[in-house]
Amino acid sequence: MISANLSAVFYLISGILFILALRGLSSPDTSRQGNYFGIIGMIIAIAVTFLSIGNFSTSIIYVFLFLIVGGAVGSYIAYRIPMTAMPELVAGFHSLVGLAAVFVAIAAFLNPSAFNLGFVGDIKLASLIEMSIGAAVGAITFSGSIIAFLKLKGIMSGSPITFVGQHYLNLVLGITIFVLIFYLCKSQTESLFWTVIVISFLVGFLLIIPIGGADMPVVISMLNSYSGWAAAGIGFTLENTALIITGALVGSSGAILSYIMCKAMNRSFISVILGGFGADNSSSDIKGKQDKKPVKSGNAEDAAFLMKNASSVIIVPGYGMAVAQAQHALREMVDKLKKNDIKVTYAIHPVAGRMPGHMNVLLAEANVPYDEVFELEDINNDFANSDVAFVIGANDVTNPVAKTDPKSPIFGMPVLDVEKCKSVLFVKRSLSPGYAGIDNELFYRDNTLMLFADAKKMTEDIVKNLD
Amino acid sequence: MEIDPFIFRLSIFILSIFIGYYVVWSVTPSLHTPLMSVTNAISSVIIVGAIIAALAGSSGNIFGISSIFGYLAIILAAVNIFGGFLVTQRMLQMYKKKKNNKK
Repeated sequence: MISANLSAVFYLISGILFILALRGLSSPDTSRQGNYFGIIGMIIAIAVTFLSIGNFSTSIIYVFLFLIVGGAVGSYIAYRIPMTAMPELVAGFHSLVGLAAVFVAIAAFLNPSAFNLGFVGDIKLASLIEMSIGAAVGAITFSGSIIAFLKLKGIMSGSPITFVGQHYLNLVLGITIFVLIFYLCKSQTESLFWTVIVISFLVGFLLIIPIGGADMPVVISMLNSYSGWAAAGIGFTLENTALIITGALVGSSGAILSYIMCKAMNRSFISVILGGFGADNSSSDIKGKQDKKPVKSGNAEDAAFLMKNASSVIIVPGYGMAVAQAQHALREMVDKLKKNDIKVTYAIHPVAGRMPGHMNVLLAEANVPYDEVFELEDINNDFANSDVAFVIGANDVTNPVAKTDPKSPIFGMPVLDVEKCKSVLFVKRSLSPGYAGIDNELFYRDNTLMLFADAKKMTEDIVKNLD
Repeated sequence: MEIDPFIFRLSIFILSIFIGYYVVWSVTPSLHTPLMSVTNAISSVIIVGAIIAALAGSSGNIFGISSIFGYLAIILAAVNIFGGFLVTQRMLQMYKKKKNNKK
């Protein structure tokens, strides 16, 4: 058994290692080392916990057993999961953190003396507040992440589910949680504690169902943040530095990602939370006009011809590429183009895909070197000097209407200036509007060639035609 | 008058938020997905509380109700720790530079 002071020092060390783990992600070169720091930090934290308890009962066998069971399940998932399923995996993992936080809070509430928090019915006030908040935020994270998981996995419809009075209901439930925690602190009643948890589950559920489709990157980041605050709440309860530091890191990380995603869509965080985007009927009146405008459509041969004669091509991937799993075919195409001395780069919009960095991971999986992949602000000026923009599975993030029409729902959103290219190739299954429910005027421009097909099939056909 | 230890923990918390703020802003956008999976893994350090709950149950009764919640939390957190770090590792392995990419 080691002293409380010594174990506090070790918890601090593991907290610092977690900071270094995030710090490593500032560049792909240092990122792997960063991940090892994180793993070492975790090993230290777990080992110190065992040592600080010291006298083990036979229950240690079960602790190791469950550790191994959980570890095996986690490892299996990590090795088997396809990269395209990453958004739902992350959402699923968030739900586990949330539920674990709830369970730890429950255990602390039922057996406070094990954590030095007082006794049943007489838990220290500060600890009781901390564990209630930890449990509530954990429960919200859990049920919210489950909904996000189901939506991303396609089990539940991705479109927003709204009903009258939704936001008032959430507000009332939110206030109820605070009131109940207040009374819980006064009376220490067990039933109140359970009620707080149940209502929090409900709030998490109600909070996420109205948000759908392309707002998912914000949702995932937000739940990431919540899981951090839940961990921090438990960290305060357990008086554990590693947990407090980690909770703060994860909480701010998720908050920053949410902010970046909102900014990339030019939407306020509040409006995303309130949800319902894309469910309004703004698209209906545009659909009438749609058929009148002429659209140039082509086939794989035309596309191959255009690109072969170009000297520079910029690829703009979007969610459609992920759905069609076209990233490998895409790289094959790019390899062929490069053999013909054509300069090829990739342009990624921050909200392309269903989670932050989604496109980058898929391209990395297809062995695209990361120094050929550029963010919006780094590449946007290059479109004017490029011959071909190859838009595959993206739509709204290229819509010039965001720059020109103040009435458009996406006005002010930063977009990729693909229309400045000499010609634009648009791989898309149909002319249907994107998540914002608005028409993309790019489709009707003279320098745009629409390639109506599944992204993967079209890319493969182009590869054949490049020979 | 002595300072309540809670204030110290609060200081650590606030300062960590600032550290998190600056560290996360320096993360390159192309690594945002690994960032999410690794934050997932490290937030599972909550397993520390789960282990205490599981082990510190009253002697003689290793399946007391609070121990059971501890065991359950251990399973959940362990899935996340192993899954989170391994999937992050798998993703990071894929990020390669041009020159390392001869195939």
